Amino acid sequence: MTAQVRTMSVDQAVPGTSTLAHLVAEAEVGQALPEDDIPLYAPRRKIYPQSVHGKFRNIKWAVLVVTLGIYYLLPFVRWERGPHAPSQAVLIDFPNRRFYFFFIEIWPQEIYYLTGLLILAAMVLFLINAVAGRVWCGYLCPQTVWTDLFFAIERLVEGDRREHMQRDVRKWTVATYARKGLKHFLWLMVAWWTGGAWVLYFSDAPTLVKELATGEAPIVAYAWIGILTVTTYSLAGHMREQVCLYMCPWPRIQAALTDEFALNVTYRYDRGEPRCSVKKAEQLRAHGERAGDCVDCLQCVHVCPTGVDIRGGANLGCIQCGLCIDACDTIMRKVGRPTGLIAYDTDVNIKQRIEGKKAFYKLVRMRTTFYAVIIAVVGGIMLYTLATRDSEGISVIHDRNPMYVRLSDGALRNGYTIRIVNKQLKYRDFIVSVDGLPSTLIDFVGLPPRADGRQLITVGPDQTKEVRVIVTDYSENPPAPSTSILFRLIDNDSGEIAEMRDHFFGP
Amino acid sequence: MAEEHKEIDALTGTATTGHEWDGLRELNTPLPRWWLWLFYITIVWAIGYWIVYPAWPLLNNSTQGVFGWHTRTAIVADLDELKRLRGSMMDRLAGATVAEIVADPQLLDFARAQGRVAFADNCAPCHGAGGGGAKGYPNLNDDDWLWGGKLADVEQTIRHGARGGDDKGRQGNMPAFGRDGILKANEISASADFVRSLAGLPVEKDADLTLGKKVFADNCAVCHGEGGKGNRELGAPNLTDKIWLYGSDKVTIVQGIQNGRGGLMPAWNGRLSEPVIKALTVYVYSFGGGEK
Repeated sequence: MTAQVRTMSVDQAVPGTSTLAHLVAEAEVGQALPEDDIPLYAPRRKIYPQSVHGKFRNIKWAVLVVTLGIYYLLPFVRWERGPHAPSQAVLIDFPNRRFYFFFIEIWPQEIYYLTGLLILAAMVLFLINAVAGRVWCGYLCPQTVWTDLFFAIERLVEGDRREHMQRDVRKWTVATYARKGLKHFLWLMVAWWTGGAWVLYFSDAPTLVKELATGEAPIVAYAWIGILTVTTYSLAGHMREQVCLYMCPWPRIQAALTDEFALNVTYRYDRGEPRCSVKKAEQLRAHGERAGDCVDCLQCVHVCPTGVDIRGGANLGCIQCGLCIDACDTIMRKVGRPTGLIAYDTDVNIKQRIEGKKAFYKLVRMRTTFYAVIIAVVGGIMLYTLATRDSEGISVIHDRNPMYVRLSDGALRNGYTIRIVNKQLKYRDFIVSVDGLPSTLIDFVGLPPRADGRQLITVGPDQTKEVRVIVTDYSENPPAPSTSILFRLIDNDSGEIAEMRDHFFGP
Repeated sequence: MAEEHKEIDALTGTATTGHEWDGLRELNTPLPRWWLWLFYITIVWAIGYWIVYPAWPLLNNSTQGVFGWHTRTAIVADLDELKRLRGSMMDRLAGATVAEIVADPQLLDFARAQGRVAFADNCAPCHGAGGGGAKGYPNLNDDDWLWGGKLADVEQTIRHGARGGDDKGRQGNMPAFGRDGILKANEISASADFVRSLAGLPVEKDADLTLGKKVFADNCAVCHGEGGKGNRELGAPNLTDKIWLYGSDKVTIVQGIQNGRGGLMPAWNGRLSEPVIKALTVYVYSFGGGEK
């Protein structure tokens, strides 16, 4: 259907031209069809990125090893917390509602730390973007890292760009099928391992590995492994650059956040143009004429994982991975020209150089300062609250019904349910007192005073305890309809205090 | 029919179904293939469902399904699972007396949690969600108990109720002194004033407290006591304190003497399981009014 429309429109649009030749030409330059005949669907052009060596490739390898190493192995790192808490360094313990991160333990009500982390993550991303464009996309984004790994497997099994392309267009032999099968098998193994590592963050890793192997793990673990196997396999193996081009919102957001001083992978056209062959350039230079350094070898395009020609200028598809820089530098060294024809640079600098001025990089700008300040403030607040947070707490709920109780002698009584929080990994004894009423008697339901007459409430390690508290006011003059009172919680050993305000109601 | 199906709509190029309504013809737009396949899969799924689960009604029974799944066995399994989740606590609750439950903080916590749910289901309609009571329905939080506020008393009242027809239930009525012609109107008014004076409440200036005292001594003291302190054996309330089940204003008291009183508390023995009755007892006891 689509092909039909294309053929018709091309014939109508360019009468007398060879349809096939025109289609090819059009595909080469990506020229648009007449507006009302633009098909709604653009078939994907498969990308065969060529392997490359160089500085940025090495950085990418290092980032890949470090990030994937953290992801796959972190669940196995142990962190001793004593007998009352799990000994896994990083653990999201849903059944017990706890999140453990090395020396930090987060309770569900402290989830605002996650908000802080998300703000920090967004601001760091903005700052990175203001400094050097989409380097997050090029080096750190999981989509990039896993796709990179899948590319590596593909090259290992099916060969580099040229070999792979040739084999794909030739008639497929048994060996071709075998290679493809092996590739997909390896991809699925990596994807499966990815899903497997994911579930280990939610349970004791060594135990879960054993359970998974013996088929005793909970069904939800297998389900999540399945889901992540499918997503990893399809996103990193099959969708690849399409995730960056069509699915990811970040390119759109970052395009709105960037400015002219942000470093981008830039083709220095002041140096590169006019493009000409090595021989022609030598001839021109011999005559004292100007010749560009770009030899039009297309290496920068061939290594690009998203299929971009960086020489066209800043591009939505460019993920700033710098592989074209490595490719171009290799060629420049071979032809004896200075490297850095493609480099992290700005268009401002290109114009500066054309005008004979000095290139510069302006790191301290309004937006970089702004982002850095926000990061410092949010990070500072988070560190401060984390360092000074209490390891005990009290919350109080007044009885909804009845609001107050009149006793037979006329005294007033209010019932409360208090919850005492002990965030330390040991048993603690607390004393609870109530301030604000002239003459009160506090009764802790079901907790008789100890032999020495003291009323201590013991709360288990890393636990909370709910206690019903009955407060009776015996004062001669009955209190006002509502009196503000203060519940005070004191650690009997350390003297640490937590307080909570509530009310004592009367008629 | 077959030929009509092949009729092509000139405008859209789509086949029609052959149906025509006042010149409007229905186009036979085929379903998307994915939709069709999903439909076929659901058919296959349904057939599998018939085989696996109880499905077809027979004369005396139904097909049982190869999985052996049944709603009745499922609920038994669910209850077993609940029992497993509750662990030994339920057994301990069943084996302990209410006094033992109150003495054991861990068991008390468990029983109160059970009691909270049972109270909301069974007791809250009359006594209120927090046991705060209402007119005619006692407040279970205060220290004034019609039938006694010790653990055993509370358990007895829950188990056998009051005036509910249970042989072991609480018995005792406030007679309808006025309606049954035992007392005259002026005697009722005077005794109502006297009752208010017992509780230290103000009375009307022209109140005949002398007559009231005499009427009270002759008719009321037998249950409510000489001083109006009440009698828990008969559920006769203490008339001298600040707590009034129906209200302390004179009109309400007069109504009570005229028509009598006798609220009904159902007997829960047999309707609730033993552990639940115990849990309710300690739950009500821990509202704050329980007597030692």
